[in-house]
Amino acid sequence: MAVLPRRRLAAVALAATTALLVTAGCGGGDEPGDGPVTLTVDVFGQFGYEQLYQEYMAANPGVKIVERGTGTNLDEYSPKLTQWLAAGRGAGDVVAIEEGLMVEYKANPGNFVNLLDHGAADLKGNFLEWKWNAGLTADGKQLIGLGTDVGGIAMCYRKDLFEKAGLPTERDEVSKLWPTWPDYIATGEKFVAAKTGASFLDAATNTFNTILLQTAGNSDGYSYYDTSEKLVVDSNPAVRQAWDTTMDIIDSGLSGKYGSWSEEWVSAFKQSKFATIACPAWMTGVIEANAGTAAQGKWDIARVPGNGGNWGGSHLAVPKQSKHQAEAIELAKFLTSAKGQIGAFKAKGPLPSSPQALDDPAITGATNAYFSGAPVGSIFGSGAKSLKPVYMGPKNQAVRTEVENAVRTVELGQRSPAQGWTDAVTNAKKAAAK
Amino acid sequence: MTVQLDARPPVAPKADNPRPSWGRLSRLDTRFSPYLYIAPFFLIFGVFGAYPLAYTFWVSLHDWDLLGTNHPFVGAENYTRLLADTDFWHALVNTLGIFVISTVPQLLAALWLANLLNRGLRARTGWRMAVLVPNVTSTAAVAIVFGVLFGREFGMINWLLDLVGVDAIGWKSNRFASWVAISAMVDWRWTGYNALILLAAMQAIPRDLYEAAAIDGASRVRQFWSVTVPLLKPTIIFCTIIATIGGLQLFTEPRMFHSGTNPIRGGPLRESQTLTMYMFENAFAPHYNFGYGSAVAWLLFALIAIVAVLNVLILRRLGGGSGPNGRKGAAR
Repeated sequence: MAVLPRRRLAAVALAATTALLVTAGCGGGDEPGDGPVTLTVDVFGQFGYEQLYQEYMAANPGVKIVERGTGTNLDEYSPKLTQWLAAGRGAGDVVAIEEGLMVEYKANPGNFVNLLDHGAADLKGNFLEWKWNAGLTADGKQLIGLGTDVGGIAMCYRKDLFEKAGLPTERDEVSKLWPTWPDYIATGEKFVAAKTGASFLDAATNTFNTILLQTAGNSDGYSYYDTSEKLVVDSNPAVRQAWDTTMDIIDSGLSGKYGSWSEEWVSAFKQSKFATIACPAWMTGVIEANAGTAAQGKWDIARVPGNGGNWGGSHLAVPKQSKHQAEAIELAKFLTSAKGQIGAFKAKGPLPSSPQALDDPAITGATNAYFSGAPVGSIFGSGAKSLKPVYMGPKNQAVRTEVENAVRTVELGQRSPAQGWTDAVTNAKKAAAK
Repeated sequence: MTVQLDARPPVAPKADNPRPSWGRLSRLDTRFSPYLYIAPFFLIFGVFGAYPLAYTFWVSLHDWDLLGTNHPFVGAENYTRLLADTDFWHALVNTLGIFVISTVPQLLAALWLANLLNRGLRARTGWRMAVLVPNVTSTAAVAIVFGVLFGREFGMINWLLDLVGVDAIGWKSNRFASWVAISAMVDWRWTGYNALILLAAMQAIPRDLYEAAAIDGASRVRQFWSVTVPLLKPTIIFCTIIATIGGLQLFTEPRMFHSGTNPIRGGPLRESQTLTMYMFENAFAPHYNFGYGSAVAWLLFALIAIVAVLNVLILRRLGGGSGPNGRKGAAR
């Protein structure tokens, strides 16, 4: 290639510059104006908002809603959201924040719009008191998020597998099988002895987390951190008790060891490889999505062993970086209103955090066709107002990851229960210090 | 099919006889234009290479919460903590282990493939193109498919092993097994690529050397080991360097191999967590400790630099010893 003659070079440069200017001119044209405002909503798992978006867009012709993230798991979603917040761009106009991560976001409230400045204070009565408080910063001056759902817990089970194992299949009789966790284990042992080719439960980690949150909720109201934010993983009796019960479950060979939320876990749903799964209200939507239409009517819902408990639940927040804050706040208010929460519950099962919604006949009388017509409204809803929240400390997510991984190593036979406990405590302390 | 891998830009012929009216301008032109021509590279390198590198170092000297607004300066604390961090060394061993058990079979297989492709095959170009196909597939897609193949209970590999009476292997929870599975993924993708590079070098070996060897009575095997392999040495070293850089930065394959909660750990006991994954775990979820993650990044950079220097030293020794053909081969 010879060097371009100077004049030609100049001509090319001029042409290129002109082209750039023209393109830029065109691009700049469509930013402002009367066109519809597009709001992006970031969620994970199954929030069940599709129908509500349609309604909202019909009532507000100036708003177009785009949702991202349905079906992704929390471990993919949370880091992405954090990166967007840290980078100052990329996050949606309305974002879902899971309770475990809320604590960390509350430490840096500057990333979010203070909803109290936008008339949210009037909405306080629309939420269970602890749910409202969970969205407030420690000083109570900023509201980061409006509550969506709470995670009242039940036990979902496969009727067909129970029948095969010679166990009762009616939900009331099944509930009577396991008033306590030792009873649940005893039932599991009977199930395993019947050799159905399926395991009794999906993964010990899920069950561990359920027992922990239940035990903690029924005693001091905290799990890995106490309310003064001191790490108490090795001194809180609730943690140890949940650990020991889980070790009994593993010892009895009840777990299918399908690492929760993995490809294998999803396959196990599809192939009917386990009979029970600890079931916060939002899990019903996950089960339906994973097990598919083939399993419709084969699942049912019974009481959880032990007494109540809350696992999960989220808030909707508006990041400060949103370019359409006013519209986004209105949408968040709509989605978290009693009406919005009822709509989401009907679509995918997340249990409302609004007392009005919980009392609404649409909830109290709700049944779920996928789960053999189980009265989900009364199963999950009846205890919802008496749910006791569990306090989450600053590094809850990191600590929980370490302890659950320790459960997993015992489940897979890589560690003995004693070694596993030592690992859990050591690694949790290390994670908390990072 | 010879491949020209010489990356030097063609040199423009020097203008011997500039028009007299340009005088000074022309002299300035010959003096500064070359810098102007190479400036785009340095500008882009500055923006996307040097600046992030320096900024990462700056971050690594701070206690830097990803979301926080205050980032107190802590000096070398992140580094001293990191050097005492057993998980860091564990990840380093994983990275090196996966690197070794993926690269050695990969280069041997590539050599063997190249030798096969160098023969008079029917539809030769078709075969040569075919070995590159794995290389153009998306890494994430490959990793997801392999992740399913190597499933404990529903995976095809364990099913096949079961047919021959071998017990199921926990590919994701056994340290060595997970290294092997991830190496299989890397090799599937890169063996064909290396085979093509080796093939190109093989074709540059003069035919008369083989004829002379044949007249002396050397068998095909003997010809391969005594003529082909020694003359390929510089190319093999080139392939090794490329594999080193890729191997030490391995991320997508092990990350996508694991699914479920917290896949960034690479298994419950961090069985196949590589250094880049450890960096990500600290800088992002669940720790969001950007300073610590940056310190991992810098130590990884230092490690790659050390290995690169080792490579150059080995290259000098071996490349210099392979006679007059050595330099010529190195350029191909």
